[in-house]
Amino acid sequence: MNIVACVKQVPDTEAQIKVKGDGSGIEEGGIKWVMNPYDEFGVEEALKLKEKLGGDVTIVSVGPARAMETVRTALAMGAEKGILIDDPALYNADAYATAEALAAAIKGIPYDIIFCGQRAIDDDSAQVGAILAELLGIPQVTFVTKLEIDGTAVKATRPIEGASVVVATSRPCVITATKGLNEPRYASLPGIMKAKKKPVDMKKAADLGVSGAAKAKVVKFAPPPARPPGKIICADDTPEGKAAELAKLLREEAKVI
Amino acid sequence: MAKGVWIVAEQRDGALRKVSFELASTARKLADQLGDEVAAVLCGAGVEAMAAELGKYGVDKVYVADDPALEPYTTDAHAAAVAKVVKENEPAILLLAASAQGKDLAPSVVGKLATGMATDCTEVKIDGGKLVAVRPMYAGKCFGEIVVDTFPQMASLRPNVFTIVECAKAGEVVKFDAGLDAGALKTKVAEIQKEAAGKIDVSEANIIVSGGRGMKGPEGYGILEELAALLGAAVGASRAAVDAGWRPQSDQVGQTGKVVSPNLYIACGISGAIQHLAGMSSSKYIAAINKDPEAPIFARADYGVVDDLFKVVPALTQEVKKLLA
Ligand SMILES: Cc1cc2nc3c(=O)[nH]c(=O)nc-3n(C[C@H](O)[C@H](O)[C@H](O)COP(=O)(O)OP(=O)(O)OC[C@H]3O[C@@H](n4cnc5c(N)ncnc54)[C@H](O)[C@@H]3O)c2cc1C
Ligand SMILES: Nc1ncnc2c1ncn2[C@@H]1O[C@H](COP(=O)(O)O)[C@@H](O)[C@H]1O
Repeated sequence: MNIVACVKQVPDTEAQIKVKGDGSGIEEGGIKWVMNPYDEFGVEEALKLKEKLGGDVTIVSVGPARAMETVRTALAMGAEKGILIDDPALYNADAYATAEALAAAIKGIPYDIIFCGQRAIDDDSAQVGAILAELLGIPQVTFVTKLEIDGTAVKATRPIEGASVVVATSRPCVITATKGLNEPRYASLPGIMKAKKKPVDMKKAADLGVSGAAKAKVVKFAPPPARPPGKIICADDTPEGKAAELAKLLREEAKVI
Repeated sequence: MAKGVWIVAEQRDGALRKVSFELASTARKLADQLGDEVAAVLCGAGVEAMAAELGKYGVDKVYVADDPALEPYTTDAHAAAVAKVVKENEPAILLLAASAQGKDLAPSVVGKLATGMATDCTEVKIDGGKLVAVRPMYAGKCFGEIVVDTFPQMASLRPNVFTIVECAKAGEVVKFDAGLDAGALKTKVAEIQKEAAGKIDVSEANIIVSGGRGMKGPEGYGILEELAALLGAAVGASRAAVDAGWRPQSDQVGQTGKVVSPNLYIACGISGAIQHLAGMSSSKYIAAINKDPEAPIFARADYGVVDDLFKVVPALTQEVKKLLA
């Protein structure tokens, strides 16, 4: 099996996000960069498939030079090789432009199944995997919590409101991973050593014939609106008194119950 | 020239989903500013009768594709149908729901139409004749204003955020052929496993009573279930509770769980870690019950109770019973 996993480097979930004074973007200084948590589920599933069925795993990422660290993390987890698409033309890419670059790179290699994360936790756009599938003309199943592969048949489970849907399709296809699919492994020390020698192919937008121009543009970033300070309920200091006061406020002030 | 504000209406099991009315009402508001029409796309089998209901919320025209291949929902059948009717009619704006189905459908449609989209928006407006969409980014740590330069300008709207407004319009049915070849569809639904009947999903609830590690174990949730039943609320959970196996994954709220926007979120025994806040900070009202006065959840809560939740929650249930009596 030729397995591809797309990974994006994003700020750590703990990171404080500060908007630049002119609203043109976020301050990147001081941010700790990590692999998108949903991509960890994708990489883990790719590795499990390889271990079961044989083959190899190729990691593909679009990002600046620092994204190499995330590609190496995936190699340290056990993937064989990587492709890093690093071009300033892509630094402001939207989901469509990113998917175009990924599609162009993936078209150049054999693939039986492609993993993406359900969404990247920086732009939170939840689009790239689906657009990638459209551009490659292959089926997709998104938000997958369980995956079974039998020959070319693929069965993937995805939760919807109040139910789980089991979707049957065939490979090649794109699967977008979400929490519940597996428990991502950590890179081992020998894995980290080995990863340093694994091949990573560097690509530019021109190599792939893509422009990187965004169709959806973020014209302004702003900090979240301030919330008025809350009330700490003291009442008569007994749990019952506080509960009564809370119920009253929810009913009469907030009018939500 | 691209004209018209369109929505993709969502239906399941023979009924329109509430979010469809949120979409219709929002589209109406935008269309009125533009002096334009609102149209809805409605796909499924035997769905024509639902069109009139969309009219009630401001939809002038409903493009209906009635085809057995559209039921139950699959991405490839629905994305093909929506893309076809959109290409034929060239609307200026296309709004979808950021529901489980909409989040799956929307990016496929984006791919087919080669356009741009703003996902999971909490505000949309018209500026200079164009759609400007406002959406939380970086898990709500900042907001972005998005403009799409290509047509249709697409946005998916976060459920429960946009107000439903009645505004009777014709809701005239225009049938269209989805052009599907059932044999050529690449995915099909093998099985639908329904959760317990009557269970309200956290992503659709008006009120969520949520519990974290402070619930001490799966049994602890009994008091939350009781309060939730009284309020018609869903029960949510922190990741700590889900990872401990106390609650199912589908209840998890947060960065690696569901993003929710209820009218009221009651956090019980949840510290308020940044990844949890990522999932619930757009709730209209937040109440927190925690015995630690320093818990970060209090910085976000509108109402805070510092005390033992095992005493406060049952007392709250009694109080609510009295109020609702
Ligand atoms: C990549 C990543 C993704 C994550 N995604 C999510 C996510 O989606 N959702 C999520 O929730 N977390 C997520 N987390 C985990 C998050 O960091 C926290 O660990 C988690 O939210 C803590 O859950 P908690 O508040 O239930 O537990 P704790 O932080 O342990 O808090 C328990 C609270 O209960 C209170 N308490 C205890 N007993 C009582 C009592 N008797 N009465 C009243 N109060 C009591 C305590 O004072 C404490 O504040 C993620 C973490 C990472 C690294
Ligand atoms: N720059 C990128 N490089 C590689 N993969 C990406 C990139 N952006 C998005 N993806 C993949 O697409 C998924 C969804 O991203 P998004 O649509 O941006 O939320 C991510 O989890 C990744 O698997």
